[in-house]
Amino acid sequence: MNIDAIRNGVVIDHITAGEGLRLFTLLGLDGLDVPVALIKNAQSGKKGKKDIIKIDADIQIDLDVVGFVDPGATVNVIKDGVVAEKKKMKLPQTLKNVVRCKNPRCITTTEQELPQIFRLSDEKAKIYRCCYCDGKASV
Amino acid sequence: MRSVIDITDLSKEELASLMETANDIMKDPGKYAHACAGKKLATLFFEPSTRTRMSFEAAMYELGGSVISMTDGATSSAAKGESVSDTAKIVSCYADIIAMRHPKEGAALVAANAASVPVINAGDGGHCHPTQTLADLLTISREKGRLCDLTVGLCGDLKFGRTVHSLINALSRYENIRLVLISPEELRLPDYVYNDVIVKNGMKCVQTPDLMWALPQLDVLYMTRVQRERFFNEEEYLRLKDSYILTREKLNHARPDTIVMHPLPRVNEISVSVDDDPRACYFKQALYGKFMREALILMLLSECGKNDAKTY
Repeated sequence: MNIDAIRNGVVIDHITAGEGLRLFTLLGLDGLDVPVALIKNAQSGKKGKKDIIKIDADIQIDLDVVGFVDPGATVNVIKDGVVAEKKKMKLPQTLKNVVRCKNPRCITTTEQELPQIFRLSDEKAKIYRCCYCDGKASV
Repeated sequence: MRSVIDITDLSKEELASLMETANDIMKDPGKYAHACAGKKLATLFFEPSTRTRMSFEAAMYELGGSVISMTDGATSSAAKGESVSDTAKIVSCYADIIAMRHPKEGAALVAANAASVPVINAGDGGHCHPTQTLADLLTISREKGRLCDLTVGLCGDLKFGRTVHSLINALSRYENIRLVLISPEELRLPDYVYNDVIVKNGMKCVQTPDLMWALPQLDVLYMTRVQRERFFNEEEYLRLKDSYILTREKLNHARPDTIVMHPLPRVNEISVSVDDDPRACYFKQALYGKFMREALILMLLSECGKNDAKTY
């Protein structure tokens, strides 16, 4: 399968196979009016399979979202057809307006303009908790 | 602006200092009788409360301050749809410090982020209740003479019992605390408390549904009420509400130096026949709570420079 190389844009590489669609959705890429490709189950030397997202436009993406979904992913910024910058991801300490709190007792359920803020509670288990009610983040 | 939303907002040293102040107020109340003269406490209670609100109000009056109150969310601007943030901003214009109770978890944090005066969380749903924990710590300290080397049994609704969550958090700072968590399966401690506090701090802990098995081991028995207002399902509440009832006969299995605590109000989880047992400390606990609230109000007003009579 061939996907054209991009000249200026962003490639999110080494996404754990199966996580690409979730990342695509959380980054809000379905709402973009530019060429975007989601490649699932591409061959990977290290992992066997991986997902890749290519965005053919010079846009800013929320690196915290990438780090949250897959801290093993890499973000390559492409300028004039070459990799200008390669960013390694890690779990962000806080997440703002990425996921919503599902706890029906949380203040955010009645005051919906409040920012949805989650803090990293357990790095090993990758658990984020709502800063208001301590409810666990679920995606 | 310093607020107290969770018991972890206070360091171990600050807890010690608050207990010292509370003990001093008890010893010599006259010394503090005008400490907050000219200052106003606003009590914002969006959820019914007798003890906590009156305790805060009595505390402020005993410090020589005054109180303005909102005692029912249903008749306030909140009923018209005003946000917690807006309410906190408005009340900051009228008062020097706010004590707030709200049924939603996290509401006190929202208020503290918006207010320009200190906010004390007087209970946010089933989440936190730090001033009850201050009362609990002073009770244990005074009645047992220490806050370390204790086996503490927590009994009843450990899932929604905010006082239990805050107390475990506070006790995690002290040496050699062993917890016995006594509850039915459905009302066990939430994993965010169990994993993030008990496991993370390496506290010794056992979970059991059997109060009678636990009783002889305990230095402190902390009873809680199964709270109707925390259940979405009335049938579930009715099934669980009488899970544990402490009677005088059961208390005979406890050691003579065990103390029995309860954040109150009780419904039937402690039989009235236990009240005159010397081990029953729950009414003293309510009294100690008032003095700890006085100490906390003094500390927060002193820190934000709103209390000229801050040093003793």
